[in-house]
Amino acid sequence: MTVSTGTPGQGADARFDREAPGRDGARGSERPKGMLRRILGSHPLGLVFAAPYLIFIGVVFAYPIVFAVWMSFHDYFFAAPGAVVDRPFVGFDNYVTVLSDPDVWRSFGNVGIFLVINVPLTVALSMLLATALDRVARAKTFFRVAYYVPYVTASVAVVAVWLFLFSGNGLVNNILGPLAPDPSWLINSALAMPTIALFVTWKGLGFYILLYLAALQNVPRELYESVSMDGGGRIRQFFSVTVPSVRPATLLVVLLATITGANLFTEPYLLTGGGGPNGASTSPVLLIYQRGIEQGNPDIAAAIGVILIIFVLVIAALQRRFVGGEDR
Amino acid sequence: MKRALGSSAAMYVVLSLGALAFLFPFYYMVIGSLQTTVDPSPSGAFPDPGNLTLDNYGAINARIDLLQGLANSGIFTGGVILGTVVFGVLAGYALAVLHWRGRSATFSLVLLVQVIPFQLLMIPLYVMIARDYGLADSYAGMILPFFINSTAIIIFRQYFLQLPKELFDAARIDGAGELRLLWNVALPLVRPALLTVVLLTFIGPWNEFLWPFLITKEASMQPLAVSLANFLSNIAASTANPFGATLAGAVVLAAPAVALFLVFQRYFTSNDLGSGVKG
Repeated sequence: MTVSTGTPGQGADARFDREAPGRDGARGSERPKGMLRRILGSHPLGLVFAAPYLIFIGVVFAYPIVFAVWMSFHDYFFAAPGAVVDRPFVGFDNYVTVLSDPDVWRSFGNVGIFLVINVPLTVALSMLLATALDRVARAKTFFRVAYYVPYVTASVAVVAVWLFLFSGNGLVNNILGPLAPDPSWLINSALAMPTIALFVTWKGLGFYILLYLAALQNVPRELYESVSMDGGGRIRQFFSVTVPSVRPATLLVVLLATITGANLFTEPYLLTGGGGPNGASTSPVLLIYQRGIEQGNPDIAAAIGVILIIFVLVIAALQRRFVGGEDR
Repeated sequence: MKRALGSSAAMYVVLSLGALAFLFPFYYMVIGSLQTTVDPSPSGAFPDPGNLTLDNYGAINARIDLLQGLANSGIFTGGVILGTVVFGVLAGYALAVLHWRGRSATFSLVLLVQVIPFQLLMIPLYVMIARDYGLADSYAGMILPFFINSTAIIIFRQYFLQLPKELFDAARIDGAGELRLLWNVALPLVRPALLTVVLLTFIGPWNEFLWPFLITKEASMQPLAVSLANFLSNIAASTANPFGATLAGAVVLAAPAVALFLVFQRYFTSNDLGSGVKG
């Protein structure tokens, strides 16, 4: 336990020697130590500390991605464990099947509808509510808690209430009276997806409000003052200071909301009884589940997954161009 | 001055309307779970003492074992939190304090993993975990894909970075090993981060539906979210008051998470989340 000489840096090295039994022979000689240090860094133990995470990423992310791509190019089917079966390479066959399936196109179109409603609504509402929350002095905690309660609650639990609220003779239709849509919200092919988008916006808003609140902390107060010196009111301040200042956060919110849209499963599955009516609210992930697990075609499902990844990357790249976040 | 007063009143109006829209479904959830007969008219939103009962909780418990469901959810969530805290602290410490080859590459990986939609991996993961490893209907199979939370690592790293470097150097001169340094010096100083991470990590598995739904077919292994969803889509219609029973189940599923966040809400702050997502 004694490190008698040297600078703090060398102290760290001596400790490393002690904890790596294999290197006991190198103790005291500076040269091999220096070389090892150059190769592994001054704290090779860091790699040991991070190793469980790296293994986890390998097992749960890297390998499955490679496996999914491989699967999408082969005739893959479920077999009994341990059974040796032939899974021939089929080239783009699975992709041809997927791309000639109107259900697939429809599900991607549905995500499009979802994003067109969810993303602008999320950005506008969370920015507005965060700005208001940032300005007020009283009951701040109450409002903050109120907004993140839906976010921390299980989708399954709140889906149950929404089903109740938006059913044919539910509270919403009772209040709307003659204005109630017919057929009702979740069984109406024009309204099912918008209702889902509204649900997801409502549920996730608390998280995005917190993100904007963090971004607002970094906006210099002088900017607001200078606008108000020029005679600008709160609304001018909002559009000429707040909105441009939180642009990096906006880019992030847009990206995360898009990923949420690409992940959509629980809501269409439960709110609209498996993507109804007539596939009007089917999402690609729901289709992956139906094709892959229910119908036993994991190769087709993997191909849909690969296309979905490409779809997300393209959308994210487009958004980056439009929202513009290079100044991060 | 007058304008400032007017606009701050406007802020409160906006915030209050928002809060109403956010909280009303929860209020309605509780009311609905207590009604003997469903009253979907506007007056049904106000409790009528003659129409209140706890029967719905009994009805749902007769169909799905609420305690078993809660226990399964708890084991699933607890396993994820344990893995995330133990290995997340180690990785966060390595990324913030230690200098080693591959550190920046590892950090890029942590950031990258956050934007990969997990659902896209579900088919290969299902094949691997349920079919190849035979982990269907097991806690290990449920926990594995969520075992270490990347966001938590970023939060830990952020907190460790804020600690003064001299602290570590001094302890190293005194001959403390890195594990001791982490345990005795660094960890006690980042206790708020621990709580934040536990809260943040809790939401994921407690609320997760798709993954446990895929790999648990046995009712006795299903987390509450899964058994409630099955009740909702398959068997609710056969109960006397299906909405009441469903909402009672929803209250039981929602209550632990909501209660936890009400109690510890000050540890769930915008700055932590901001740093967690931005890196």
